[in-house]
This record gives sequence, C-alpha cells and structure tokens, in this order.
Amino acid sequence: MALLTILIDGVAYGMVLFVLACGLSVTLGLMNFVNLAHGAFAMAGGYVAVVLMQRFGIPFLWTLPAAFLATASAGWLLERSVYRPMYAKSHLDQVMFSIGLVFMSVAAMKYVMGSQQQIIQLPGWLLGRFEFVGVSVGRYRLFVIMVCGALALGLSWIFARTLFGSRLRAAVDDARVARGLGIPVNALFAATFAAGSGLAGLGGALGIELLGLDPTFPLKFMIYFLIVVTVGGTSTISGPFFAAMLLGVADVAGKYLIPQAGSFIIYALMVVLLVLRPDGLFARTKA
Amino acid sequence: MSAPDLAASGLAGHVRASLMLSRRWHTAEALFWVGAIAAAFLFPRQLLLMNEIAILALFALSLDLILGYAGIVSLGHAAFLGMGAYSAGLVALHIASDPLLGLFVGMAASGLLGLVTSPLVLKGNDLTRLMVTLGVGLLMLELANALSFITGGADGLQGIMMGKLFGHFEFDLFGRTAYAYSLGVLFVLFVLARRIVHSPFGLSLRAIRDNPLRATASGVPRNWRLAAVYTLSAAYAGAAGALLAQTTQFVSLDVLDFHRSADVMLVLIIGGAGYLYGGLIGSIAFKFLQDFISGFTPQYWQFWIGLFLVLFVLGGREMIHGGIKAVLARLRALKPGKRP
Repeated sequence: MALLTILIDGVAYGMVLFVLACGLSVTLGLMNFVNLAHGAFAMAGGYVAVVLMQRFGIPFLWTLPAAFLATASAGWLLERSVYRPMYAKSHLDQVMFSIGLVFMSVAAMKYVMGSQQQIIQLPGWLLGRFEFVGVSVGRYRLFVIMVCGALALGLSWIFARTLFGSRLRAAVDDARVARGLGIPVNALFAATFAAGSGLAGLGGALGIELLGLDPTFPLKFMIYFLIVVTVGGTSTISGPFFAAMLLGVADVAGKYLIPQAGSFIIYALMVVLLVLRPDGLFARTKA
Repeated sequence: MSAPDLAASGLAGHVRASLMLSRRWHTAEALFWVGAIAAAFLFPRQLLLMNEIAILALFALSLDLILGYAGIVSLGHAAFLGMGAYSAGLVALHIASDPLLGLFVGMAASGLLGLVTSPLVLKGNDLTRLMVTLGVGLLMLELANALSFITGGADGLQGIMMGKLFGHFEFDLFGRTAYAYSLGVLFVLFVLARRIVHSPFGLSLRAIRDNPLRATASGVPRNWRLAAVYTLSAAYAGAAGALLAQTTQFVSLDVLDFHRSADVMLVLIIGGAGYLYGGLIGSIAFKFLQDFISGFTPQYWQFWIGLFLVLFVLGGREMIHGGIKAVLARLRALKPGKRP
C-alpha cells in the first residue's frame, strides 16, 4: 500500500502548490503580468507564522489567518506602489523586475532570520499517522488536504457564481471590453493581487512542514509555480488545480521511486508540455 | 533590364553600401580595445578581476546575439556556459591539457546543445520562451548534479592542470596569461560577431526581431535563421564557460546556477542590448559594482543587485547607454563637418 501513501502525500503536496500558485495564475491571466516574485509572498507568509509561533507563542491555527492577512496587505501595498507601473512594460522588463524583487527578498530574509531551515512545532492532534483501511495517512497531510480542498472549492465558487467572479472572468477574457462595460478592472486587479498574495502567504505557512522554509524558498519553488500556471492555463480555477495535483503526485512519486533523478522528471515534463501545448494543458481552445 | 529589376538592384546596392558603412571601424571602438590592453599594464594587480570581466563580457556578448539581434529572451543561458565549462574541464582532466583544444571542444559541445534545444525557442511567445529556457537551464543543473560520476557532483571538477598556451605561455598566479588569453578570445569572437551582425544574415535577424510576420512574408526563413543564431550564441557562451574553467582551473555546479543567467541579463540591461558593446560595457560596470558591494557586505550583495535590477526597470532600461548615446550625439553635433 506504499503506492497509496505516495498518492496521498502527492495530493497534499499538490494542494499546497495550488494554494501557493493560484494567485499567480489569476494575476498572469488578468494583467498578462509575469510576477516571478510570487514565491517571496509565500516565504513571507511562512516566516510570519514561524515568528508568531516562536516569539509570541501563538497557536498554529491562528497563525494561518495572520499569514494570509499580513501577506495580503503587503501585496496590496506593493501593487499600489511598485507593480502598477510595470503592467505596460514588456515581459522581459517584468521578469527582470520581479527577479530583482526575489533577490532582494532572499537576501533581506537571510539578514533578518538567518539562512537555516525553519522548524515549527505542530499541535499534538496534527502529529503522527493513522491507519485507514490499511493505508498509512499522515494527520497533518489530511489536514492540509481538507483545508486546501475547502479553499479550492470556495475559490471556484467565487469564480463561477458571484458577481465578483463573473467580472473577473470577463476582465481576464478581454480587459478592454470589460473596461468599456464599466467594470473597474484596476480595482479588481488590486483586490485579486492582494488576495493572491495572501493565499500564497497562507500556502507558505501551511507548507513549512511539507516544503520546508529557508530564505532561498522563492528561488527554489519559482519553477514549481510557473509549471502550475503554464500547464494549468489562466482562464479557470480547475486548470491550475489539476496541474498542481499532477505536479505534486509526479514530484513525490518521482523522488520516492527514482530518487537519483531528483527534480529532473519535473523539469523535463514542463519543457515537453510547454513545447506541445504552449498555452497550457487545460487551456480552452480559442475560437 | 525591366523596371522592377532595376529598382531591386538599386535597392541591393543601397543595402550593400549601408552594410559596408556600418562595418567600418569607429575611432571610439579602437580606443576601447587599446584601453583594454593598456589596462593590463596600468593595473597589474587587478588582472584576475579583469580576466573575470573579459569572460563575463563574452558571456554577455553571446546573450546579446540572441536578445539584442534576434529578440529571443532567455532565462537559462547558464546552460551553455556550464556545458562549455564542463566540456573544457573534462578535456583538460582526461584527454589533453592544451587550452585551445578545450576551448574548441567547449564551443562545439555548447553549440551542439544550442542546436538541439533551438526548436524549443522557436515556438510560442516571449513568456513560453522564458519558461522553456528557464526549464532547460534547471534541467542541465539537475543533470550535472545527477551525473556525479562524470561531473563530480557537488564537489565539482578538481585538479584541472592547464598546459602552456601555444606551448609557450604558462598560466601564472597573477593572471597575466589568463587575461591575455581571455581578452584575445573575446576580441577574435567579437570581431567575428561584428562581421556577422553587419552581414545580410544579421540584417535578416533584425528583420525577424522587429516584425516576424513581415520578415517571413519577404522570404526570410525565420526558423532556420533563429536556430542558426541560437546555435552561434550557445557556442559563444560555451567559449566563455571554457575560458572560465581553464583560467580558474575549477568547475562546480555554480556555473549552471540560475543566478548566472540572471546576472548576465542584468549585465546586458546595464550596458544595453543590440549594439554588441553593451555586454562589454555592462560587464565592466557589473564587476566593479559587485567588487565594490561585496567589499563591505559580502553575504548580502545579492540584495543590492536586486535593488539595481528593480531601479533599472522602473527608471527605464535605456538609462545608461541612452545617456551615452545622448552625449555622443551632442559631441557629434559640435563638429558639424564630420558626420559619418
């Protein structure tokens, strides 16, 4: 039953990747803006959780919303100040700009928190594993799957059923026409950017136990976010979700079954997929 | 001769004349290279730093060939630098210690890698190209890490002994031979690149960069041209890698690291892309900047590099070389008789 355990670990991993990356996919689709610094928000969220737990003794569950709020407000501020002039620039400019932000955040975090891996103490009821129909399941992994699954459902409900969601979809499809119809695209974008950054921060806090946390986090996981977004496409919530699942399971299975290949499988998979389907695996075919 | 033929031959003559004109060497260019040689005699204690500058300049030149002239963006150019470095290092370790042989093998290996991966950058838009090149760069890093029985893994290739250059000049501790060698290779490859970009081939590349649709419609074989320049650029990066391996006598996974690709992009942004000297000037500025910053904060110099990137993009990429161009235009306006 080791295979089923790998599957569950992979799903938990993929769920965290989805929460980390879904904000990026919406910002990319909405403003056509390549924000490689998305991982910096995730790292910030992780460190917020670590500091709150270690320095102030706040319980783990309360640090999760705190991580969300802290990174969401940071995202809102940065969007207003430095990101906004970037939208009109070329992709190359945007990439260089956000790489600069990544370098800054990595070095700054090293300076403030030191370069060691951060370890957190989970509450007792999330520790250990239990047997379920002969399959060994980690309690924390199950918790992550439930939290992230609820988030994914909530997000797809917002995306598909609310006024905000339909405006967002309209703006992603064609920002000019949406503007012409009176949809406040800029305000929509600011809100989405903040929420996406907040989700990244939440994912960073949830992922400390699964992905690890040190100052090189934004560089190490940049490629993972990009895979989720480019493979999943930007026009739906389900696209990035399935892409994240695929990536999570493939990565965990690859590292477990063929450890000497490392991340090779993932990168090869991404290059092949990008060449075969440059617009994403789950992208709608444009009429 | 019918009228359209006449017009065509007139146009061809015009193009030829303008190409010949752009091929002529400017005094400022000669001064630049004389300055590079003079620097070796003026600052004999800084030869190792100058060697690094020459190698970085060659690496940036190779990126300029695809970015500045063909409009191909790349975030994984370190793949070719690393390929060249490992090939040259392995040649020196296992086959022969002659530097020129290693340089040649490094260029060939990287060029081959460029040729094989060129179909990947022909498809899609800038965004997919950035992702694919990033992916290829990371793939090469993982590969070098996994094939540790060839590459030495995290320990790198150690104990590289270089033979004498041309059988005469030994690589010394102060970097005298190293700088002369790197500068020589840089100069030769630069002259070649200069000739290429001012040829009809180079002109067709710029046509593709500025308007791919129109270039294809005028009969430019877009994919072949792009594949050719990508291969050439990869070979140039391989030469830079080979020089790096030979003059430092050490190759580690660091040559394939992502920060190499990002740094060389910053170099080209500082100097400006699309006129060949951008990478050279940028690498001088970058290395001095790096040397200066790491002087007082060795651990956190990445922060300042990041800040420079952000400020450069926010302030407009053309800040430095735009300024230089403006000054040159002023100077030219001062002496009205001598317009080139």
